Amino acid sequence: MADLSAREPCAGLGLPLTLGGCRLAALPVERITAIQPFPGKVAAVETVLRAQGLRFPAPGHSHEAGGARIVWAGRETAFLFGMAAPEGLSAHAALSDQSDGWAGLRLEGPDARAVLARLLPIDLRAGAFEPEACARAPLNHMQVLIRRAGEAAFDLFVYRSMAGTAVHELTDAMRAVAARQAAVR
Amino acid sequence: MTHRIPGKGLIDRTRPLRFSFDGREFEGFQGDTLASALLANGVQLVGRSFKYHRPRGVLTAGSEEPNALVEVIEGKQKTPNVRATVQELYGGLTVQSQNRWPSLRFDVMAVNDRFAPFLSAGFYYKTFMWPRAFWEKVYEPAIRRAAGLGALSGLHDEGRYEKAFAFCDVLVIGAGPTGLMAALVAGRAGADVILADEDARMGGRLLSDQPEVAGQSGPDWAADMLAELAAMPNVRLMTRTTVTGVYDGGTFGALQRVGLHLADPGDLPRECFWRIVAKRAVLATGALERPIAHPDNDRPGVMLASAVQSYVARYGVNPGRVVVFGNNDSALQAARDLTAQGVQVAGYVDPRADVSVLEEFPVYPGGQVVGTRGRLGLREVAVRHGGGVSMLTAETLALSGGWNPSLHLTCHLGGRPDWDERLAAFVPRAGMVAGMSVAGAARGRFSTAACLADGAALAAEVLADMGIAGHDMPLPAAEDRSYAIAPFWAVDAGGRAWLDFANDVTTKDVQQAAQEGFSSVEHMKRYTTQGMAPDQGKSSNVAALAVLADATGQGISATGTTTFRPPYTPVSIAAMGAGGRGMGFAPERLLTSDSQTRAMGAPMIEAGLWYRPSYFPRAGEATWREACDREVSMVRTAVGVCDVSTLGKIDVQGPDADRFLDLIYTNMMSSIKPGRTRYGLMLREDGHVMDDGTCARLGEAHFLITTTTAAAGPVMRHMDFVHQAFCGDWAVRFTSVTEQWAQFALAGPKARELVNKLLETPVDAENFPFMACGPARILGVEGRLFRISFSGEMGYEIAVPARFGAAVFERLVAEAEAMGGGAYGMEALNVLRIEKGFITHAEIHGRVTAFDIGMQGMVSAKKDCIGKSASQRPGLMGPEREQLVGLVPVDPQAELSAGAHLYNENDPATRVNNQGYVTSAGYSPTLQSWLALGFLRDGRARHGQIIRLDDGLRGRKVACKVVHPVFHDPEGGKLRG
Repeated sequence: MADLSAREPCAGLGLPLTLGGCRLAALPVERITAIQPFPGKVAAVETVLRAQGLRFPAPGHSHEAGGARIVWAGRETAFLFGMAAPEGLSAHAALSDQSDGWAGLRLEGPDARAVLARLLPIDLRAGAFEPEACARAPLNHMQVLIRRAGEAAFDLFVYRSMAGTAVHELTDAMRAVAARQAAVR
Repeated sequence: MTHRIPGKGLIDRTRPLRFSFDGREFEGFQGDTLASALLANGVQLVGRSFKYHRPRGVLTAGSEEPNALVEVIEGKQKTPNVRATVQELYGGLTVQSQNRWPSLRFDVMAVNDRFAPFLSAGFYYKTFMWPRAFWEKVYEPAIRRAAGLGALSGLHDEGRYEKAFAFCDVLVIGAGPTGLMAALVAGRAGADVILADEDARMGGRLLSDQPEVAGQSGPDWAADMLAELAAMPNVRLMTRTTVTGVYDGGTFGALQRVGLHLADPGDLPRECFWRIVAKRAVLATGALERPIAHPDNDRPGVMLASAVQSYVARYGVNPGRVVVFGNNDSALQAARDLTAQGVQVAGYVDPRADVSVLEEFPVYPGGQVVGTRGRLGLREVAVRHGGGVSMLTAETLALSGGWNPSLHLTCHLGGRPDWDERLAAFVPRAGMVAGMSVAGAARGRFSTAACLADGAALAAEVLADMGIAGHDMPLPAAEDRSYAIAPFWAVDAGGRAWLDFANDVTTKDVQQAAQEGFSSVEHMKRYTTQGMAPDQGKSSNVAALAVLADATGQGISATGTTTFRPPYTPVSIAAMGAGGRGMGFAPERLLTSDSQTRAMGAPMIEAGLWYRPSYFPRAGEATWREACDREVSMVRTAVGVCDVSTLGKIDVQGPDADRFLDLIYTNMMSSIKPGRTRYGLMLREDGHVMDDGTCARLGEAHFLITTTTAAAGPVMRHMDFVHQAFCGDWAVRFTSVTEQWAQFALAGPKARELVNKLLETPVDAENFPFMACGPARILGVEGRLFRISFSGEMGYEIAVPARFGAAVFERLVAEAEAMGGGAYGMEALNVLRIEKGFITHAEIHGRVTAFDIGMQGMVSAKKDCIGKSASQRPGLMGPEREQLVGLVPVDPQAELSAGAHLYNENDPATRVNNQGYVTSAGYSPTLQSWLALGFLRDGRARHGQIIRLDDGLRGRKVACKVVHPVFHDPEGGKLRG
């Protein structure tokens, strides 16, 4: 009876899209689990995660191992991407499925940082926001979970319902930055 | 006739540009400002003054310009108050003068000038005090028509604007000799540097005075340094960027002109408003020259000496014969430099008696300019000297009353500068802005060599402070002339001598202010309006307070300055609000059912940031009411489907979750059994109702609570606060899962039949009774099922992961329609809940208590909760309270409206008689009557009474019967199914 078709959060938004030195694409939909250790249980959570090559991230950090990523996502909260929550975790932490709650976007290219500087009030210079660094920050008027995925690549997670606005905002900024680059040339 | 000096200037003569001013076509060159291009075409008259409509020309060559404000026309759009000295020339630039009628050369309102004796300082305050009512209706409109600046087009500004954020180690503000050196030192040391300059071309006075630096011309040396800086990956050069404000924590506001200098900016924004966060800043903003107040010093052709130098050296403008009037060595040097460049200096006038006379031009030591002549442009300058008064023929009068360090930004956080007697100027004190060093002319070091040295030295200090190793950098050789000045502010020779050109303030106005008791500088400013124009008195503040100090007999130091506040130069609101228009105003939250809903023709309404269907129109329905009535009946008789995903969903887990919920809800949640749901009420700390919703116990230590759509954020914040503030050690964690689940309400007598079409395991009244909850397989997908209702009918809510939302909605609507039901929207939802007396935030609007809404019984006596004690304060419970009631019109078809007030039948509709108000109203097709919910004083004791609903806004008076707020199925038999 599994006859329901699934719809991706960025379906119909015209992605991927390249403008100037920047490409915006939807990230593949992955399993996302919010992990919130109970008081005093971070060490126990760490023990379970260590078996997967992961650890519970400090604020502003993320870790990657074997195709899975664990990303700090707020006070005493991390999001585990790309794998099911390991066995034994639920004894020490609240777990909730967030796979459908977020729209993931990747912005990459030499102008990615300039584009984000139009929308995010945080310091994304390499020294201040290294690869794997992450933050919760406002993207114009919505909130975003941003993670540096590479030298010139950023992953952005916004609430699923706001994906359209996020793509609109980013596209606008990409257009303006592309116009500046064209003017310089 | 061209007024250019052949071969001179930094303009690109291979790129001529056509532009128009007041309908006349002119030609300029790439690299010109509008001001330089007009001057090069012999146009001296560019505007009319604010109050007296006196003819005015260009005074300065920078952003401090008080006179030359124009309107830039782009199609139907008009940008007023553009400084001609800042606007760069582009092909097709169309400009018109402002504040004149019918034309710039003949301005009817110039008659104001004839009445000048009556229009002096304080005129408005004295004249228009009486009769009071005349101010708004007569005087103010008349004055606004006569006095003023440019006008807006009246159209929406469709231009693109941008805002952006930048971060750096060192922000260098100003790219003259000081700033360039500072940036070089910091850049070479590897620091992240932003060098911002308001000019289109960096170099500052190196481009205008063109002193020799390291054996090169000023512009060449600057170009070499800029090339080196541009090649450094750690240095960002921001031209056309004015740092406009200093804020806490090393944050600076800056306005960048991005596309305003281009004929076709394409996708470029017009302006970008930057917020720059810098660990350290070097202020290298130089200094601004100030004029001298003398009779008729506002005639077109009167300029600052530094401006004349700029127009000659940078733009190749021929100023004609020039008289220089100055009180300092820089003025004398200007006269020499102009002569060296082939300009005819008709005289150098200096009030100092000991000034050198061995020059290549006539020198008038101990001289003063006592007047000017020429109708719309300067023709003659009257010079009083030892031998009497001479009339000198000249097209340009260059004034120099000395230099004011540009220390405005140092004052933005409340710092006050010091008066330096030697420089006759204010200079910054150390430490006015934490982390900011002031260098070069901005702190009174005026020679090129001193600026270069100071920029390098302060940058080295800043680096050392940050622990960055700097390299020794040899200082380039440059002029190191001394600067001497004899303070001289105003010529006393009768007539009107202008201090503030932008707001038409004369020396007499300032003196009069002092005489009338406005002797504090802040009072003088407000009384005369000196310094309150768009230029913020950059050319006039110091002279005005010197004249005031003289009139009061206090020294300048004791008189003090007015306060410099951001922005340094005008910032368009559009730039500050960039990104806030259209879709940028607020994020649009779209439901998973959005596409289908819109395809079904539903008009959408905003609920918080969400877009929800208002109703689903069907063929033959002419009004929303018809659709709404049909949808309500559909729910009451068959089944309706509604997307309720917007309700906040918060997942609460942990061994202490039940305790925590007991703390935030008024009622007991710890006693809910797993698999059951309970309605709950939350209070704010002040005892008033915060929100209501359901609390489902999914497992022993796992709850899912719902909030109203609008309160999802505030409730989450409230929970966070309660947890962090009162019970941080409790083992409870919560997170929003609103977006994770698409949730649909199925309501109506056929709701169970419908839900069973989707469930793998059918439910019935026994295995899934009223208020049950639990996991469910829905069309093959793991979801959740709740037996709850907001309509008063048998109701289920099913939740599936959001990716399946669209498909589930489509299926539900199709199945419901086949059963005689269908989708229903917010209008029907509202009527359904009014019929049932269910509250929303229309009722729990922030000023009501649980007692008021008849839910005092839900405040558990067995436990404490947030807001409980506060809700027991005197005055929050009792007959004096306005309590929730139902209202039924005596004539069922009489329309009721929310917002109306309630009065006893024969009382007039005045405040003291107010008995309450209506919060929700709607037509009930079920009861064939209008219904309303509202709050009525002692309402629960008044069921059965007749009360008058009075809607003053719509002129509606309706007699209503006060009833219990549950109109439909008060026993709840249908609800429980």
